[in-house]
Amino acid sequence: MNAPPAPLSGRRAHRRRWSDAVFLTLLAVLGGSYVALIVLMLAADACYTTPQHLREALAKSEIQFAIRLTVVCCSISAILSLWVATPLGYLLSRHHFRGRWLIDTLVDIPIVLPPLVLGLSLLILFHIRIGSWRLEQWLRDIAGFPVTFHVPAVILAQFSVACAFAVRTMRVTFDEIDPRAEAVARTLGCSQGQAFLLVALPQAWRGMMTAGIVAWARSLGEFGPILVFAGATRNRTEVLSTTVFLELSVGDLQAAVAVSLLMVLLAVLVLVVLRLLGMESRR
Amino acid sequence: MIALKNLGVRVGTFQLSGISLEIAAGEYAVLMGRTGCGKTSLLEAICGLRAVAEGQVWCQGREVTTWDPADRDMGYVPQDLALFPTLTVREHLAFALRIRRVAAATIRQRIDELAQLLGLGALLDRTIHGLSGGERQRVALGRALSFHPAVLLLDEPLSALDEQTRHEMYALLKMLRSRTGVTTLHVTHHRHEAQTLADRLFVLENGHVREASLAVAS
Repeated sequence: MNAPPAPLSGRRAHRRRWSDAVFLTLLAVLGGSYVALIVLMLAADACYTTPQHLREALAKSEIQFAIRLTVVCCSISAILSLWVATPLGYLLSRHHFRGRWLIDTLVDIPIVLPPLVLGLSLLILFHIRIGSWRLEQWLRDIAGFPVTFHVPAVILAQFSVACAFAVRTMRVTFDEIDPRAEAVARTLGCSQGQAFLLVALPQAWRGMMTAGIVAWARSLGEFGPILVFAGATRNRTEVLSTTVFLELSVGDLQAAVAVSLLMVLLAVLVLVVLRLLGMESRR
Repeated sequence: MIALKNLGVRVGTFQLSGISLEIAAGEYAVLMGRTGCGKTSLLEAICGLRAVAEGQVWCQGREVTTWDPADRDMGYVPQDLALFPTLTVREHLAFALRIRRVAAATIRQRIDELAQLLGLGALLDRTIHGLSGGERQRVALGRALSFHPAVLLLDEPLSALDEQTRHEMYALLKMLRSRTGVTTLHVTHHRHEAQTLADRLFVLENGHVREASLAVAS
């Protein structure tokens, strides 16, 4: 039988404690610098404006319009994202088919693509000429549903990015749900669709809530594609992110900061809800 | 009855092949084999959850090799039970009947029957969270038996239970067999389980199945 290891000498123990202290300090300083940057930015915004400025900004009719349009567009975009991301996430999670890696990669493109490029791509898609036919022209003249530089363009620009995040969330959600229960459901008489609806989907509701909130939050922060594809026309396609840009461009920094703070509050609210959902699912 | 004719199933890097066996209606057959020898894959192939490489699966005199799992009329209890986390015990027992659009009154009657048979009466409105291993096992059995399947497939149903619960389950499985008369294929690696329950014993070894006498198992 081996002898127990000799206790560490006092000097070695002291050196180890010192090394641990240095390591933890390094972690705190490096990590803390980023946390401090975020806190300082938010504090600077808060100090720059006053409740009076905030009230004045919120009383402007065009900003009220932007708030209303933001809430409507973000909500529609989040619902559309969820509608698409749930089946696509399930497909990617459960089915191994030829070309799955390609779809998996394509779905991530809007996440890594520069936002302006995404807006430009949407603009080109709707205006490219195929023979004498153009999608935007057909939608406007035949279907009576103009998109470019109208509200649908805001929603589509938001959706094109938000949906990619929702797909990722739903894919992870379904990956974490044991597929065995769906297999057993099929032996009990379910079609694949019934197994999805009756067994997988009820287990995925927290993931769906998270995906919906993430999509809503991403839509709130979207700016580049909206600017290119929907424009930033006051009382027409102006959402909160474009309001900040418009107020800055006319030199009203106070209003820009006030709207920015409003967006920060909405972002914090979203993060709190996400955290609460995360804590609930770990219980 | 169940019949496997020259069945071949690919399992990862190895293959089960030339598997033939026949279990008559109402018989309780036990398939023994060491852990990892492909017993679960064979059960999955029988109930349609795993593709068959060659051969045929017959159930109630019909070849079902290419049938969808939903059409095979086989109750399956996997080793991990795979219960539905969002459903109550009552909903588990009603699940297969609701899919079959059985009348509500008939479903209620069947739930009462199963609850009495399996001792689940007090648990009907609980979800599966917090149920003991034995209780979960009984829920999975009830779910698999609810639609009066022709065949019951049990994958190591007693492996995760303590000694006392295991003995209670022996009695329960024997009672189920006498009350329902369902043809059963029970997979296990426990010799005692096979001796206690089996009418017939099959052994899966080196990718092949052979019938063994119950005396040999002892």
